[in-house]
Amino acid sequence: MIMSEILIIGGGPAGLSAARELKVQGADRVTIIERENEAGGIPRHSDHTGYGLRDLKRVMTGPSYARTLVERADTAGVSIRTGAMVTGWAGSMSAEVTSAQGREVITPEAIILATGARERPRAARRVPGDRPNGVLTTGQLQNLVHLKHQAVGTRAVVVGAELVSWSAVLTLREVGCATVAMTTEFDRPESYAAMAIPGRLALRVPIARRTRVIRVIGRERVEGVEIEQIDTGRRRVIECDTVIFTGDWIPDYELAQSNGLAMDPGSRGPIVDTALRTSREGIFAAGNLLHPVDTADVASLDGVHAARQVMRWLAGEQAPLTAARVLADAPFTWVSPGLVRTGDVAPARDRVLLWSSEYRAFPKVVVRQGARVLSRRTLPWPVSPGRVFRLPWSMLEPARSSEDIRISLA
Amino acid sequence: MSYDVAIIGGGVVGCAVARELAGFDLRIVLIEARGDIGDATSKANTAILHTGFDAVPGSLESTMVARGYELLSEYAKASGIPVEPTGALLVAWDADQLAVLPKLQEKAVKNGYAKCEIVDADEVYRRVPDLGPGALGGLTVPDESIICPWTTPLAYSTEAKSRGVEFRLNCFVESIEVGSDTTVLRTTSGDITTRWVVNAAGLGGDVIDRMLGHDRFTIVPRRGELFVFDKLTRPMANTIVLPVPTEKGKGVLISPTIFGNVMLGPTSENLVDRTDTSTSEEGFAFLLAKGAALMPSLINEEVTASYAGLRASTEHSDFVVDCDRDQRYVLLGGIRSTGLTASMALAEHSRELLAKAGLVLVARADLPAPAQMPNIGEAFPRPYQREDLIESDPEYGQIVCFCERVTRGEIRDALVSPIPPCDLDGMRRRTRALMGRCQGFFCGAEVDELMRPDGDDHE
Repeated sequence: MIMSEILIIGGGPAGLSAARELKVQGADRVTIIERENEAGGIPRHSDHTGYGLRDLKRVMTGPSYARTLVERADTAGVSIRTGAMVTGWAGSMSAEVTSAQGREVITPEAIILATGARERPRAARRVPGDRPNGVLTTGQLQNLVHLKHQAVGTRAVVVGAELVSWSAVLTLREVGCATVAMTTEFDRPESYAAMAIPGRLALRVPIARRTRVIRVIGRERVEGVEIEQIDTGRRRVIECDTVIFTGDWIPDYELAQSNGLAMDPGSRGPIVDTALRTSREGIFAAGNLLHPVDTADVASLDGVHAARQVMRWLAGEQAPLTAARVLADAPFTWVSPGLVRTGDVAPARDRVLLWSSEYRAFPKVVVRQGARVLSRRTLPWPVSPGRVFRLPWSMLEPARSSEDIRISLA
Repeated sequence: MSYDVAIIGGGVVGCAVARELAGFDLRIVLIEARGDIGDATSKANTAILHTGFDAVPGSLESTMVARGYELLSEYAKASGIPVEPTGALLVAWDADQLAVLPKLQEKAVKNGYAKCEIVDADEVYRRVPDLGPGALGGLTVPDESIICPWTTPLAYSTEAKSRGVEFRLNCFVESIEVGSDTTVLRTTSGDITTRWVVNAAGLGGDVIDRMLGHDRFTIVPRRGELFVFDKLTRPMANTIVLPVPTEKGKGVLISPTIFGNVMLGPTSENLVDRTDTSTSEEGFAFLLAKGAALMPSLINEEVTASYAGLRASTEHSDFVVDCDRDQRYVLLGGIRSTGLTASMALAEHSRELLAKAGLVLVARADLPAPAQMPNIGEAFPRPYQREDLIESDPEYGQIVCFCERVTRGEIRDALVSPIPPCDLDGMRRRTRALMGRCQGFFCGAEVDELMRPDGDDHE
């Protein structure tokens, strides 16, 4: 048994599964710091099914998935401290924790950052107009409806048409708010088919494609949104009393950045290698902090992977020295992991994850290292905005130097 | 029932006047059309505590800003209003602007401020390394500071209330009848009889003035749109970066904010609608283009918020301040963005004008202790950072708004404060809750619940 404390920042799927796995692997003290009053992360307030398939091998609702992960971590002997927040760093390996118990500094042997991601709110998307009540993100909407049982309006426009957007539509329907339109800047209907949510087709929501939101209208309460068809420039106003800005994920990267970790300009998360090591020895990262956003079960399996690598590191195993940056050309906007070390472990689930701003059916993917082509393959699944594109690790595995690895579409 | 003084307008100036006059044996009422104090021009400005270095020498504005700087700096220390001495740097981007710097330096001296220095381009970049290319030189203004624009009117009004001033919120003045001894204000919540009237109605100042039979100025609401960037950009702007003023106005600045963000703006656009605080496509495009030249590295960073404020500009270059002895009426009109800095001086000036016109002022010996405002600025420890506070009351350790680190204790305090918030926006101005990078993604529902009187967590 390794007699040391391992600190996990964030009690969502990645953090909970990492913590449990650490205990399973024989770690002594594992502590999760969770700033919300309850652990479980975003699935807690996503009250629809579709969770748990990849990690727990069964499908359940978000809240029961969250509860199950918490119970499993708890049973394994993880100390879950809720209502406690890491508010800064007292040193590179010293987390400053604030809670009702006061202020303390925890200096563990290893840290796993699992702070997750959030949706960009309206302001961050630089949408002008009035600033009335009724403008929400999916996160805020689901918090209001599922945790606080509040009503919203009656006519909503949902900005975005990806997985989370449908989740917002379902939540709105539950509280009697009709989605009068969804808008997406993309043009391929395939890009919405991220996952079969039961009843998606039955929802019958009109989708305005290649459309952006020009402004929000309404002084006290939302009265409408003005939208523009990107290709024709034609503008019109949709009357509504609620606007939900969905998707457009950004990791909660502030703790990673303020620690001084090397950051990926594409995803804005910390750069990690296939063992989920960050640029600082002893600090690992997992979940949607690295790939905003993949599904909860993928984040959870990331956590398991990170935990195993932490144990190997605590046992004295060193990272291979030869490391190459992984970069992705447009239309990809980020790739994770961002670093590959020659001879290192395979990444979580043997997958490299990418995000794209364009749709491509049957994408022909080329992986190069310098002038050398490592692999070239046409994949049967599409590259699609609004969802993670997964590349088999075997396509990068032949990398053997510190030269940059580039992933591009032919 | 009759009042000695009725102050129309609960912005930063009206609240300062209320606090000042309440130091004397007077019955005072403050009338505010909106549901909260400081809810119009006072809430959306550049939040700078000005030295007045660039005012028009000899103007009332110049005198008021210089005196106000002194008074408010002192008062801020006593009452806990967050102030951060960041200094400012005017940056010249072309030969004409460079040539203006010595004149600005002389102007500053005429305004009683002698500490400006001209610096070369190297020094400009040493001070602000993230500035875009092309700066030719600059002028330093070491004493320009940033101040919390929200705590300031709250401090004044909190203290005014403790001194016995009555606050009538959601009260709109519809007409005014001046009699021989008293004046009757006909309002949406009934008649208010008073001997003296102070008009600090900001964007409605000319309307009130006309109700009293005058026709001496017209307010043109001048919209200023601003971007607030993520706190991680704060190291890019450790000082206020000012443009060299031209005929077109003061131009776009980059400034640190008292809450640890970076602000870019304002635009300057005359509107007709005095209530239109929407932001615009054109305004955003203008700011982003300006910002890209001023500080290219800033523009690609995350935007936390954007907002627009309306300044009460008039056809006059100076404040429009006057006292009518016969009408027992003081006008504080056309108070622009410098009003925050000038507020206490304008209050002092009003008191002098009133006294000269015959209002008998008897200083009170029984004044309560000055207001102590909660610190919502970054220059001093916030409640969540204070071990002593959390130990005495664990609710100061329970962070509700993660981005801004606002605790349950602070939200609770705001709800039971002398001037409590009437909505989420009011809560934001008192605690910073919901004003962070997630804009409520995590805490919006929680704060909303705490605000509800029937909520589980609020007695």
